[in-house]
Amino acid sequence: MQLPLRYILTVSELTQEIKDILEDKFTEVWVDGEISNLRIPPSGHIYFTLKDDFSQIRAVLFKMQARILRFLPEDGLHIICRGRVSLYEKRGDYQLILESIEPKGIGALQLALLQLKERLEKEGLFDPAQKKSIPMVPQKIGIVTSPTGAAIQDMLHILERRFENLHILLFPVRVQGEGASSEIAEAIKYFNKFTEVDVIIVGRGGGSLEDLWAFNEEVVARAIYHSKIPIISAIGHETDYTIADFVADLRAPTPSAAAELVVRDKREMKNILHYLGGRLENEMFQILQGYRTHLSHLVKIFKEPGKKIEEYFLRVDDLTNQLRLLTSWTLKRRGDKCLHLSESLLLRNPMQRVKTLRFFVLEAKKHLGQNIKYSIEIQRQRIGGLLGKLDSLSPLSILQRGYSITRKLPSLQILRDAAHVKEGDKVEVKLYQGTLFCGVEKTEKS
Amino acid sequence: MPKEKFEDALNKLEKIVSKLEEGDIPLEESLKLFEEGIRLSRFCNQKLDEAEKKVEILLKGKNGILKPHPFEPSINSGQTPLAGEEEKEEE
Repeated sequence: MQLPLRYILTVSELTQEIKDILEDKFTEVWVDGEISNLRIPPSGHIYFTLKDDFSQIRAVLFKMQARILRFLPEDGLHIICRGRVSLYEKRGDYQLILESIEPKGIGALQLALLQLKERLEKEGLFDPAQKKSIPMVPQKIGIVTSPTGAAIQDMLHILERRFENLHILLFPVRVQGEGASSEIAEAIKYFNKFTEVDVIIVGRGGGSLEDLWAFNEEVVARAIYHSKIPIISAIGHETDYTIADFVADLRAPTPSAAAELVVRDKREMKNILHYLGGRLENEMFQILQGYRTHLSHLVKIFKEPGKKIEEYFLRVDDLTNQLRLLTSWTLKRRGDKCLHLSESLLLRNPMQRVKTLRFFVLEAKKHLGQNIKYSIEIQRQRIGGLLGKLDSLSPLSILQRGYSITRKLPSLQILRDAAHVKEGDKVEVKLYQGTLFCGVEKTEKS
Repeated sequence: MPKEKFEDALNKLEKIVSKLEEGDIPLEESLKLFEEGIRLSRFCNQKLDEAEKKVEILLKGKNGILKPHPFEPSINSGQTPLAGEEEKEEE
């Protein structure tokens, strides 16, 4: 359309023309972009900016469409949206009015699942510490599953085979489709409130993510978490993991596996008990035997003490004999030597020697006596002789004959030589009787 | 009043057997342990035989209350008690 020269538009006119062009051209578009500036006011409408590296455009998903979203839009999430372009005259800007948005690269369901899983995990619903243990011998088992289908049939078969007397209570539910999740949650609550089952199995056969979706829903997860009765999840195939599997107290890879896990084989249990009972009785028997033997032994002694004493006598004698035999041989060897030694000893008997010596002494004494007598006589004679001689040699007898002893005074030196004195010296003259004190008048050499 | 559990009883029984095998226990105590062991063994056997064989399905009766009914898995009983309002008496 060409504008005539110098045709002047109002703002509104211009805006309207732009709006027509835009809204005609873009009545339905698919756009790939990243969410940013996400805003969800109380009205429930979702406002955000859809952008790529170079451009951005405002977008809105109104409440009616937002309601059915399976996942939560987040900043940074890459999405593919379907919508139309619209121009808002009042503000003079354009935006995308979206019909639907889908996460790019991953299904909406899968994203929703991831988001829910993260949220519940943070809340602690998967906490291993809170998981209850499965009773070893449950007598009443509750099952939450479809009453038709292979799952329940397989479970009942296996349970019957392993343990014939079980009380099984089935709460039939829809396992997919609208409302299935609330039925499953109700069943779990019912078992908790109105029955006394020991364990609950919640499960179904294999299927797609959509088929199993009920077991990913929050209401089921919370019902499992709040159950006071332990719950085994048995959903799909080995590789299927639903949120229910994470919350459950025990996960079985399939419903059949659950039946194997929930109860031991009864025959096996009976065997274990039988074996333990046997060991118990055997041990007790051994212990009692031990005591019995000991007791009878004691009783024997108690009844015949004399016998026991005799036994001891015999034993002592026997041992003594052994000892003797052992020592006699040793002694024999030593004995011979001893004999030899003792004979030698006898020869050297000091007593003999003492006798001999004593004899000698006596003889010597005798002789001595005799000798002494003889000696004494001789000595007497000698002494007499000597005395006589002595007498004659005694100065007194000399003096008696008229001789005198002269001694120099004061030294009392005996004088033999006249040269030893000079005139005037004093001398002492000892006579046979009396003493003279003289002075020298003259000396003469002989 | 807590009921004695099978696995607790079994554990106790195993412990008693081990203790008796170890030996070195006065006679009176070993007799007491033996008695308890026998009691536990009987209890466990009883527990295994106790349960009654029953397979039931919960269905809503006319008054809307769920009641157990005998259940045969081969029969296609399609209805779940929390879905529609109708109930069928199936056998």
